[in-house]
Amino acid sequence: MNTLALAMRMLRRDWRAGELRALALALIVAVTSVTAVGFFTDRIDQALHRQANELLGADLLIASDHPLANELRSIAHQNNLRSAETLDFPSMVVAGEKTHLAEIKAVSDGYPLRGKLYTAPQRFMPDAPVSGIPQPGTVWLDAGLLGPLDIAAGDRISVGEAQLIVAAVLTREPARGGDLFSIAPRLMLNLADLPNTQLVQPASRIRYRLLVAGEAKNIAAYRTAIAHRLKPGERIEGVEDARPELRTALNRAQSFLGLAALVSVMLAGVAVAIATRRFMTRHLDNCAMMRCLGAVQADITRIYVFQILALGLAASLAGCMLGYAAQGVLAQVLGTMVTAELPLPSLQPVVFGVLTGMITLVGFALPPLLHLKHVPPLRVLRRDIGAPPASSLTAYGFGVAALAALMLWQAGDLKLGGYVLGGTAAALLVLTAFALALISALRLLRHRAGVAWRFGIANITRRAQGSVVQILGFGVGIMALLLLTLVRGDLLKDWQKSLPADAPNRFLINIQPGQVLAIHDFLTRENGTEPTLFPMIRARLTGINDEAISANTYTDERAQRLVSREFNLSWGAQIQSDNQLVAGHWWSAAEHGKRVLSVEEGLAKTLGIKLGDTLHYMIGGEEFTAKVTSLRKVEWDSMRANFFVMAPPGALDSYPASYITSLYVPQNQPELMNKLVKAFPNVTVIDVAAIMAQVRLIMERVSLAVEYVFLFTVMAGLLVLYAAIQATLDERIRESAILRTLGARRGQLLTGLFSEFAVLGLLAGLVASTAATLLGYLLATHVFHLPFSLNPWIWLTGIVGGTLGVGLAGLLGTRFILQRPPLEVLRNSC
Amino acid sequence: MPDGSSYPIVRAENLAKQVNSPEGELVLLHDIDLTIVPGEAVAIIGASGSGKSTLLGLLAGLDTPSRGQVWIDGTDLFALDEDGRARLRGAMIGFVFQSFQLLPNLTALENVMLPLELAGRSDARDVSRAVLARVGLDARRNHYPKQLSGGEQQRVAIARAFAPQPKLLFADEPTGNLDRATGKRVADLLFEINQELATTLVLVTHDETLAQRCNRRLELETGRLKVEA
Repeated sequence: MNTLALAMRMLRRDWRAGELRALALALIVAVTSVTAVGFFTDRIDQALHRQANELLGADLLIASDHPLANELRSIAHQNNLRSAETLDFPSMVVAGEKTHLAEIKAVSDGYPLRGKLYTAPQRFMPDAPVSGIPQPGTVWLDAGLLGPLDIAAGDRISVGEAQLIVAAVLTREPARGGDLFSIAPRLMLNLADLPNTQLVQPASRIRYRLLVAGEAKNIAAYRTAIAHRLKPGERIEGVEDARPELRTALNRAQSFLGLAALVSVMLAGVAVAIATRRFMTRHLDNCAMMRCLGAVQADITRIYVFQILALGLAASLAGCMLGYAAQGVLAQVLGTMVTAELPLPSLQPVVFGVLTGMITLVGFALPPLLHLKHVPPLRVLRRDIGAPPASSLTAYGFGVAALAALMLWQAGDLKLGGYVLGGTAAALLVLTAFALALISALRLLRHRAGVAWRFGIANITRRAQGSVVQILGFGVGIMALLLLTLVRGDLLKDWQKSLPADAPNRFLINIQPGQVLAIHDFLTRENGTEPTLFPMIRARLTGINDEAISANTYTDERAQRLVSREFNLSWGAQIQSDNQLVAGHWWSAAEHGKRVLSVEEGLAKTLGIKLGDTLHYMIGGEEFTAKVTSLRKVEWDSMRANFFVMAPPGALDSYPASYITSLYVPQNQPELMNKLVKAFPNVTVIDVAAIMAQVRLIMERVSLAVEYVFLFTVMAGLLVLYAAIQATLDERIRESAILRTLGARRGQLLTGLFSEFAVLGLLAGLVASTAATLLGYLLATHVFHLPFSLNPWIWLTGIVGGTLGVGLAGLLGTRFILQRPPLEVLRNSC
Repeated sequence: MPDGSSYPIVRAENLAKQVNSPEGELVLLHDIDLTIVPGEAVAIIGASGSGKSTLLGLLAGLDTPSRGQVWIDGTDLFALDEDGRARLRGAMIGFVFQSFQLLPNLTALENVMLPLELAGRSDARDVSRAVLARVGLDARRNHYPKQLSGGEQQRVAIARAFAPQPKLLFADEPTGNLDRATGKRVADLLFEINQELATTLVLVTHDETLAQRCNRRLELETGRLKVEA
């Protein structure tokens, strides 16, 4: 028998009759959401892999927080490698009366060794690749600097003590890529001009890089040759580990967005299960008839397996295509933050998309459909005989297991996956209980409502199981959107409110010891407040007690990061007002000059430092050892300068220091900082508001992307509704026919339908608002330690949105029921 | 018309069916013995609930008896498993039902082709078109069941039943859902083709005129076969 042809013919017809629409749409939404995320992360992943050397600007580089030994350069030349050097650090740029923070990059000839720099002659003019670097005496500026400084190419600016001419607008720089992790626009100058700026001082925080490029075997040889010559604070970055911060961000985005997309898959699975149930009921007669006509069980199985596979494949491929279109939005929102140009995606997300689609379909649709083979042929004579009931465990157990496996895979690590699975299961249980409680409460209301509303509410309570699924579906979608918009906004507002109005909004760094008095006087005179200037000494922690430590000592990510970079040590006689002693004692005047330390308790916990421990530091090649005599709690969001580790006055006097201070500059005194920078060109002003704006921009873009992914969840929720409406359609058509013969008017029936869905939406909104508020409360009090305030808008938006959205969608899906003449309906159904 | 050979195409012995109901055991059929020879047209008559459809279901192997045996063309029907019975139905038996039982998702032609395709026949389309033409519906072959009238649907069902040229045709109230005039035309067609193909016909009906057109009538009363009418 040509089962395949028969199966395809039946599939085609079922499709035309609209029987498979809910099933296919659910799959399409699931695959679209998964592949949209997949294509997007794949593109970034490829950018990181394929363009890795362009992102590095080299085949290999050595990054360091201190000048690199000449030996590293000479070994590169011995290995026939080309090399170049860069230094970068933040500093102020002055043009006339205006100043602006810039990320300065000084580059040597040959930079970049891989990839190209692009410049334009002026802002808004087309750019082109250039070979070479800025000529001595000139700089290239990011367009983001030209506007605020009100200058154009050809104008003169000063950087530190140097006067330089803007030669071109820098439009693209390989090693920079996206704007995600930069705090200020770029200024690129020739390394030869750097000494003139006088910005490189002993305690300045500068990133030194040596870039090398050449044949792969020479690179490998070089890597081996220098591996054991690296000092603390020096790190090799190769093409395989380029841009570690981007990789971490990508991995997080991949698991998080992927898991968010799986929420849609979960709902799609529910829609598939509901739609399949209806499909199965409608196919009982067909199966019985085919059995009568001589079809064996295997024929029935084959027919449905073919149908499912064909439908799954077609819907999954359609989903992949839509996913490809949808990823463009993500690339627009997030991609530009990571890298300037994204390559085309590979086919790997298609594989994952099709796999997800097939697993969802096979998991939720195939077991019930395979059960169709058990339909007894006697059904052709006796309509009341169906297939023997299958246990829901065998029917959906496979689907649930498959989804759990997808989640574990997407989470990328067993522990996180376990948490996500456990959390999802627990949340579903709690929400189910809540939804059931709400549905029971409806029963009480039923007798107080008018006839149409009573009918609508009765439908919800009668189909309690289906109602719970729909409430959860919509509830989760609405909750996610509420969290990402209102709750996020609230948290940000609460945080801003928790800051005093005159909290410092500028940090001044790189103040040289010789400038301390002058700046103190300047600020006291011009700003009317007496500033406190703190010394900062850059020191690397090398040991605790007698144990040497390095990044490898720790498994914790934060600890590794802390140990691999330099700390800022400071000193002071008094404990700062926003610090609180939690253990030990603060030094007395008699202890000034002693080698004792006070450590912030969070840092102590992360690095395993206890009261009484001896800490070993390297400061500019010299060892410094001191004992921990107190632990402090620091209120970091006071926005004042604070330090992890403090020493008493006199203990660190002999080491090179720079100074830092924070101050509040009123909005109406913008010229104050310009004046300061003109007087002290080496001082860098960090505008907290500007950094906050950058952080907020990142948060906004990230949450926009997450919201976008959760839109698919809402769509999947709508499909659950659609499938549920389809599943009860025959019943509803019959009910409304009976009601109409009993004299119900069209308006009453419409009200009945609307009320049912509106109440469903209301309950979903209630569940969503409650959950979002609860999560908001937990985040505020336990994670961010902020005072929590109840936002009535969350309830209003969630409930009104849910009621109207689901009510109208439901009405739209069912209103045609009323167009069928009751007589026709009743005659057909008897 | 019986073909003279006395080898029965349908034989039932001690065929009984009982089910458990809330009121206790309910006997639907009491030890039925019957024999039908090839070419015969037999009507099973009786009031509603007399067990006509139960008997038809058992004779066609759509249901299993509580005890007793049925042989179709010499094959012990209940010695086969459900798939075996399905194969036997596919090879030898055709059906016409009161409610037509066309697959709503297939066209008239595809419905007729279905048993031929299930039997793996490569000429399914040509044969089906010829049979559809025979019942006067070639022009409507691409219509779906719901686009056809009741009489037309039953003609499609007849075409589907006869297309594989079964040895045996079971018809369950074939005119029950049709008005008198249409019913008569459909019945004419059924008997005409039955004669043309010399198919054995087992017809369940409570329509006396229809029963009279058969060679023999078996009357059921509360599950017992009365003396042949």
